[in-house]
Amino acid sequence: MAWIRACSADDIDEEDVARFDHDGRTFAIYHSPDGEFFATDGLCTHEQIHLADGLVLDNIIECPKHNGRFDYRTGEAKGAPVCVDLNTYKVKVEDGEVFVDV
Amino acid sequence: MSEAGPAGTGSEAGSEAPGFVIVGAGECGTRAALALREAGYDGPVTLVGTEIHTPYERPPLSKDAIAADMPEPKTIGGADGLAERGIVFRPGVTVVSLDRAAQVVVLSDGTRLAYHRLLLATGARPRALPVPGIDGPNVATLRGLEDAARIRAALGPGRRLAVIGGGFIGLELAASARRLGTEVTVIEALPRLLSRGVPEEVAGILAARHEAEGVRLIFGARIVEVTGDGVALEGGITVPADLVLVGIGAVPETALAEAAGLAIDNGIAVDDRLATSDPAIFAAGDCAAFLHPGYGRRIRLESWRSAQEQGTLAARNMLGAEQPVSAVPWFWSDQYDLTLQIAGLAEGSITTVRRPVGEGFVLFHLGPEGRLLAASGVGPGNAVAKDIRLAEMLIARGAHPDPEALATVPNLKKLLSA
Repeated sequence: MAWIRACSADDIDEEDVARFDHDGRTFAIYHSPDGEFFATDGLCTHEQIHLADGLVLDNIIECPKHNGRFDYRTGEAKGAPVCVDLNTYKVKVEDGEVFVDV
Repeated sequence: MSEAGPAGTGSEAGSEAPGFVIVGAGECGTRAALALREAGYDGPVTLVGTEIHTPYERPPLSKDAIAADMPEPKTIGGADGLAERGIVFRPGVTVVSLDRAAQVVVLSDGTRLAYHRLLLATGARPRALPVPGIDGPNVATLRGLEDAARIRAALGPGRRLAVIGGGFIGLELAASARRLGTEVTVIEALPRLLSRGVPEEVAGILAARHEAEGVRLIFGARIVEVTGDGVALEGGITVPADLVLVGIGAVPETALAEAAGLAIDNGIAVDDRLATSDPAIFAAGDCAAFLHPGYGRRIRLESWRSAQEQGTLAARNMLGAEQPVSAVPWFWSDQYDLTLQIAGLAEGSITTVRRPVGEGFVLFHLGPEGRLLAASGVGPGNAVAKDIRLAEMLIARGAHPDPEALATVPNLKKLLSA
């Protein structure tokens, strides 16, 4: 486990998501409507689609391809077609920079 | 699995009260079975499928199952998902008769299943092309796993594929076949690709891409016959082919419903709750023409997501939920690295607004008084997905968005709160 800088807090609008690739892995970084940051695996557990192309509504990220939904704060799969939860990662913001504990 | 007793003994479940029988183990029927359990129903559920396979996802069959030689299909609800939920799966059998008065179906192996509620999720079959030679050994259609395996085996460098029909299955297969180095010709009767439901500009992007990838497109073609050498067209042209793939649409499987006297209307006719003309029988998915309150008429959709949504809704309504259909039609197609997504139905649109999105674009189709009816997008990867999803939400609300904003606002989400 190590804290890695992912992006600047300004890079992601509130209620939106961005892709972050590091060391051969891909993550999705979320900026929630109440200003908090979260991170999950970047690929949907259903068909390996990049979640960062999907839509964030409140605390839900929706896969851009097949509409699988997850709560990005907990990684919980919210029903068909997804049944496997996403891994989540700790996030901290320091001096306007977003760090992920990979 | 134990077989049922002699005909006439009633339910397979013996003295147990008749439960739910679902005919068709595709996306729709399987989702319905799972949804019955998700809704808390713990009585008998039997899922009857004509194929021998555990229910699997079909969208990859024209895509990665061909291009990437995907070894195993992805099962719906997990490999043991049905058994874990106490759903009785009857593979490799069909329903040969439906006795509505007795509320019993008879399977091809002689089993009689009594039902309290019956869901017909019988799907659709490829539309037949009535030309000589179409029954030849070099002609294929794509519907199931065996079809995909057979098509895959016939493709590769030095092989020639003729696709009859410039629709989604044909174009996705054409793209997959090119990935494998196959020589591909697409033969379309109309002057352009995807004339049913896809705007000309979007279809034009896909046509240009296919040509850039080396696919030969023939428009306005009339087929005389299929021979061992390929496809003979009017005008004396023959398209040489080792395999001829026919993808000219699908026909709803209504025979069982028709024989039982249920109402038919370009599919098994159901109301906005997915109930047929018999209140104990529901129909959903490709086989069903349902009354969509948003359009005020019956429509029939052949798409993966609507199969899921309708299966789930039918399950809830069979349990008494009384929920009307509300989902906006939505579908997607992948060809090369391009993805097309469409939400809504564009017919009746008066104006079109174009919104550039990265290397792609979205067209918004506006109807009378500026109501948003549909949105069609195409671009690399999932570039247009967010905007199409937001458009879908606007369509569901009956929104009349400002056309200027649709074209230019940086984040379409702003229009949701407008």
